[in-house]
Amino acid sequence: MSQSTRRTLLGGAAAAGGVLAMPAILRAQPAAVKIGILQPVTGALAQDGEYGRLGAQIALDEINAAGGIKSLGGAKLEMVFGDARSTPEGGTQEVERMQGEKVAAIVGGFASPIVLAASQAASRYDIPYICDVGVSDAIVGRGLANTFRFGPGFGIVTSTALENLVKLNDAAGKPAKTVVIVHEDGLFGSGMAKLLNDQLPPRGFQVLETIAHPTPSRDMSNVALRIRALNPDLVIPSSYYSEFVLLARTMQQQRIRPKGVYAILNGAASNFRFVKEFADAANLVMDCNHWADPRKPKTAAVRAKAEAGGRFWLYNTPLNYSCVALLADAIERAGSTDRDKITAALASSSFAGHIMPYGPTRFEKGQNMGAAPVNTQVQGGDIKVIFPDAFADAKPVFPAT
Amino acid sequence: MLPLDIFLSAMANGLMMGAVYALVALGLTLVYGVLHIINFAHGATLTAAMYAVYVAHAALGVDPYLALPGLAAIFFALGYMVQRWVIGPASHGDDSNILLVTLGLSIIMENALLAGFRSDTRSIDVPYGFSVVEVGNLFLSTPKLVAFAGSFVVAALLWLLLARTDTGRAIRAVAKEKTGAALVGVRVEHIYAVTFGLGAACLAVAACLLMPTFLVNPRIGNAFVLVAFTIVVLGGMGSIPGALIGGLFVGVVESLSGLYLGESLGQIGIFLIFILVLLARPTGLFGARA
Repeated sequence: MSQSTRRTLLGGAAAAGGVLAMPAILRAQPAAVKIGILQPVTGALAQDGEYGRLGAQIALDEINAAGGIKSLGGAKLEMVFGDARSTPEGGTQEVERMQGEKVAAIVGGFASPIVLAASQAASRYDIPYICDVGVSDAIVGRGLANTFRFGPGFGIVTSTALENLVKLNDAAGKPAKTVVIVHEDGLFGSGMAKLLNDQLPPRGFQVLETIAHPTPSRDMSNVALRIRALNPDLVIPSSYYSEFVLLARTMQQQRIRPKGVYAILNGAASNFRFVKEFADAANLVMDCNHWADPRKPKTAAVRAKAEAGGRFWLYNTPLNYSCVALLADAIERAGSTDRDKITAALASSSFAGHIMPYGPTRFEKGQNMGAAPVNTQVQGGDIKVIFPDAFADAKPVFPAT
Repeated sequence: MLPLDIFLSAMANGLMMGAVYALVALGLTLVYGVLHIINFAHGATLTAAMYAVYVAHAALGVDPYLALPGLAAIFFALGYMVQRWVIGPASHGDDSNILLVTLGLSIIMENALLAGFRSDTRSIDVPYGFSVVEVGNLFLSTPKLVAFAGSFVVAALLWLLLARTDTGRAIRAVAKEKTGAALVGVRVEHIYAVTFGLGAACLAVAACLLMPTFLVNPRIGNAFVLVAFTIVVLGGMGSIPGALIGGLFVGVVESLSGLYLGESLGQIGIFLIFILVLLARPTGLFGARA
């Protein structure tokens, strides 16, 4: 009897415990929404990938801290990270893995070849794919319904860059007539070089030579020597980070001083790491590239988080921050993790909560039509905006010599 | 046509790079001369040596040039031990087995480095990395000049060792006739291991001279070994002057074809030469004995 009483008592206690625990279960979070973040964090492009991941992380933390996706009952966003290993194969393998983990969408890719391959792999499963950087115009020209590019492609960037170059040159009394183009020999650099070769001559510039180099390469002596021999007024480099740093330092070593170095979408020319570590080689280098909008109040907050712990402020961070915020907005409006619904929400997106110098998003065939680059110049150990006039904080110094 | 000083600059760059190629080729040709096999682990050993320089600089703050004597000694000892207690016993007296063992070793080393350091390209930044010496109109990179001089010093030391010391005489004896050498009291196993150690030490020196201006990733050694193999074939298998002259020649060809054909096609000249030499003079320039 006494034993049975004890058992009853224990049972009652257990039941009571269960009831007490119930409200906690009832109030539990809805299932987290998995977001694939694809970046190359090993290999030649590892630095860019790390800073891209950082931007995505800042955005996810911010969204989750503000209560997650409200239309899904406050569902949190969860990062499923994939390392593209700086190769297209690495990118597609990670997309397959993300499909296995049932992500709602994928953001990132960084380099054009990775984005091209990864977005195609994602399209087979109808996974919405937001390209963060990949500037090759082939990315949005394939009619893939799942693929969106938030930033500008190299077509937009090149025409802005050349417009501003002409403005710059005219204002200085047209000192620059001859150009040497240096480009990495992949999808991005070669595409850029072709565009420039078409568009520079009608604007009154003579292209003396177009020099290709592989990525990665650790010796730029021959490229520098050719530039020295051709003695152009302008050098236009389109390369990734390490190669341009090497070229700039080799040019400094070989005392090659053109009237201007006017980079377009260069991996280093508007990079604070380059400016801090090699101030002399970087001084007065101009770039036309992605750049966060300093007028938007949120920009300073994101920058402060990004720079915590001695990190640098690279464009990858605000771009990925904005892409993740754009996706979160689409999921919010879709009110579902259904991939087709998210894709439809992205296609009709007019998102203004990003920190890039673009208006509300408007996608046409996957391309955000408002996306635009900014011209910067390294001046006295800082990166200044020289165009557009709307938020320029310095006058261009040109010619440099 | 490019101006003369541009051509001369490219020549100088080629000669300086070629000297390091020669150093890598020296190790390969020495081992071939004595053991009569191609050491397939040569590239992986170079990669390991470059990582050793990287770690010494990044973790311990040791300048690559200061690390040189220590690393050369360590790699000599490692090379000696690997040949004496791994490759030698595993070959069971048949030289062709050595080839397979070294191939296996290279796979193990490369993957161990990949596991340890990931596939990232790494480099070290030394204050003199971009300093130059002015010679007339040419600005020659100081670390590359040091590498050039260093390679010649190593080649001279190696030649002195082979020509003037008892160990050197024993190495030459084993290279010519190992049974005969054994009969007159030369310890063949020991000499094999010493030769292997010397080859590894050459690579450690090459790594120290390269790292101030070069990069390292787990596969970087292969790029050098392919070139070094071309040099050994060009200069003649087992010939030290052949490796030196072949190295300089290949360095110049690579630099000039990079200048004239573009950086993406820089190495095409080397392999054209490789094919031509195989067709016209399979024994190489200095390789009459081979």
